[in-house]
Amino acid sequence: MSRVFISGMGAVSPAGWGVPALRRALAAASPLPVQPIERPGWTRPFLARPVPEASPRPAFLAHPRFRRASSLTHYVAAAALEALGPAPANPVPERRVGLIVCLQSGCVQYSYRFFKEVLENPSMASPLLFPETVFAAPASHVSVLLGEVPLVHTLVGDPGVFLQAVALAADWLIAGRVDRALVVGGEEANWLRADAIWHFDHGCVSSAGAGCLGLSLDPADSLGVELETVTDPQTYLSTWSRGQAALAMRQQLPAGSAEDLLCDGLQGVRRLDAPEAAAWQAWPGSRLSPKRVLGEGLIAASAWQCVAACDAVARGSFPAATASLVGCNQQAIGARFLRAAAPAGQ
Amino acid sequence: MTGAGIVTAYGLGWSVNAAGFRSGRTTFRPVTLFDVSRQRSKLAAQVDLPDTLPATRLPARQAARLDRASRTLLLAADEAWRQAGWEATENLPLVLGTTSGGMLLGEDYFKRAVGFPASHRGQPTRALHYQPQTQGRILAEAFGFQGPMWIIANACASGGNALGQAWEFIRGGRSTRALAGGYDALTQLVFAGFDALQSISPTGCRPFDAHRDGLSVGEGAAVVALETLDSALGRGADILGELIGYSSTIDHHHLTQPHPDGDAGLTAMSRACDSAQINPADVDYVNAHGTGTPLNDQSEAAAINRWAGSRAATLPVSSTKAGIGHLLGGAGAVEAVVCLMALREQWLPPEISLETPDPICRFPLVRQPTDARLRVALSNSLGFGGANATLIFRQFP
Repeated sequence: MSRVFISGMGAVSPAGWGVPALRRALAAASPLPVQPIERPGWTRPFLARPVPEASPRPAFLAHPRFRRASSLTHYVAAAALEALGPAPANPVPERRVGLIVCLQSGCVQYSYRFFKEVLENPSMASPLLFPETVFAAPASHVSVLLGEVPLVHTLVGDPGVFLQAVALAADWLIAGRVDRALVVGGEEANWLRADAIWHFDHGCVSSAGAGCLGLSLDPADSLGVELETVTDPQTYLSTWSRGQAALAMRQQLPAGSAEDLLCDGLQGVRRLDAPEAAAWQAWPGSRLSPKRVLGEGLIAASAWQCVAACDAVARGSFPAATASLVGCNQQAIGARFLRAAAPAGQ
Repeated sequence: MTGAGIVTAYGLGWSVNAAGFRSGRTTFRPVTLFDVSRQRSKLAAQVDLPDTLPATRLPARQAARLDRASRTLLLAADEAWRQAGWEATENLPLVLGTTSGGMLLGEDYFKRAVGFPASHRGQPTRALHYQPQTQGRILAEAFGFQGPMWIIANACASGGNALGQAWEFIRGGRSTRALAGGYDALTQLVFAGFDALQSISPTGCRPFDAHRDGLSVGEGAAVVALETLDSALGRGADILGELIGYSSTIDHHHLTQPHPDGDAGLTAMSRACDSAQINPADVDYVNAHGTGTPLNDQSEAAAINRWAGSRAATLPVSSTKAGIGHLLGGAGAVEAVVCLMALREQWLPPEISLETPDPICRFPLVRQPTDARLRVALSNSLGFGGANATLIFRQFP
């Protein structure tokens, strides 16, 4: 069985641009300040945690492809490039990178603007906006930055899709179809998406950003973390509730120990958290709940969970970390990351 | 491939669609689903959906409330499921391709959210049901299967990639069976988007015509039942055809324009042939992506010319979008079923609206209904953003 190593991590979040900013915010364990998002016609705005402006401005934004690209594309690109790491002194041009971009809401800002224009006067709707509304646009733009990219997929679904994509990327590596793989989960925010989230619980705080894991079979690429397992996706049905699926996912993972970390998806909203909280009631180790600090970032939030789990292992804080993704309307899925033992002969 | 279901503007099911594709008749008519009075183009290949859906495990009340995209998908899946003779099962992967999912519900959500006073009634349901994973769950509920669900949104290559990914799952040993397909319903946002880009033909698309002036938007779905040969033979299934090759590539040239020389399309076809262990001389028919836009058809023709080499001179090519329009996320899956039909019934689908073949095409374009001896067919999907997929099918046995 091939070993799959974590070769890189990237994050853009309400805490800032980069994994260090995410790490600092999670270490502080204090919910980040919220900001209002105005809702037309309402006196009470929604509360959200937006991504701060990048400073300095990322160099990739100078690429012509990024002239009109969405905020979502910016987040996805920044996370992917951070996970890919700085260009090596002696680059290997034939190294093939696979890219999977995972989205739930997609490019909501441009979709909102474009459809508003369509309803007002379709003959005046901007042709510049429409291409950026397509789910596949971020992956298309980001692949341009990565060089030799033989495989690119955009997967859509609930937040559990991020780990489905990690499993797919591992398949690509093991089958020899790519040499490295990047899995990115991203979301952007606007009032309409905040409105949709608000309908499910008024206590949710909408947030945005992206997270990325890089994967490789080459131990030399490893950050000292390897992927031990990804559970089967436990798809929800009318006969298979979110709670049952969460429990089945939990039962596919090792019991854990007092030394292990659990990165869960709890956000402090009792009704939405209940199935996941019940599944992990007996967890013996430490816990980290990034959404409590960062907000409901949907697939971006599931990516932050996985990045936080890998980062904790990479920095030696924990020998193993589990990520639990109990999605909102599709599936529960989990993964376990381990400190990578040196391969035989090294 | 042991089951295939199809819904297009030709109608519902294999028989009516086979007759439509064999004749090549066009289905474009004024859109009635939403207001197109202020659009530059007003035609699309709109599907006439039945008032009632086939009986499944869905409660009648739920079935009656399904949105247009879900209904289209369910109709195609029902035909595939029955034809395959599958029964309720566990661990059946579902791989779907779409660009918009239930966008009509998303549009409705938008209109209510921006309306004054805002109406919240039904909004949570709209927010849930416009998402494609809900449509996938509806399929699982309807037929009583469980398993992982994958939604691929690689623009207009989504359907082709969905079939290809399902094929990869089976070949990789993840499962012995998979249900795969693609679907999209007409939506105002997408129609207006292509119209804003001036990509829609005002008169109906004519792929590979020297005077082509754009694509025509269509809607529909196709779903196929895939299983290992051992599984199919073991249960005595009627095998419709084999999926023997697949490749996907990305074209970096431009978000909305393919490379004029068709580099990525060429790579997709070449790699698919490699995976099928065949060469262009073995291919008897190419179902081109052929949208009818000047740039797509030029790029794809260049790719086919380069890939086929000397074989191009005698290789029949057509784009069935000439009859049913561009089904976006459904296109690759529907065109896969068209290839199955052609292989099984031994005919070539024509483009009867073609008047003046573009001289860039070094291959013969099928212009009239034609019987033919076919063993292998290749289908291209070349999508927005540069996402490409090529599938190769073989007659069985």
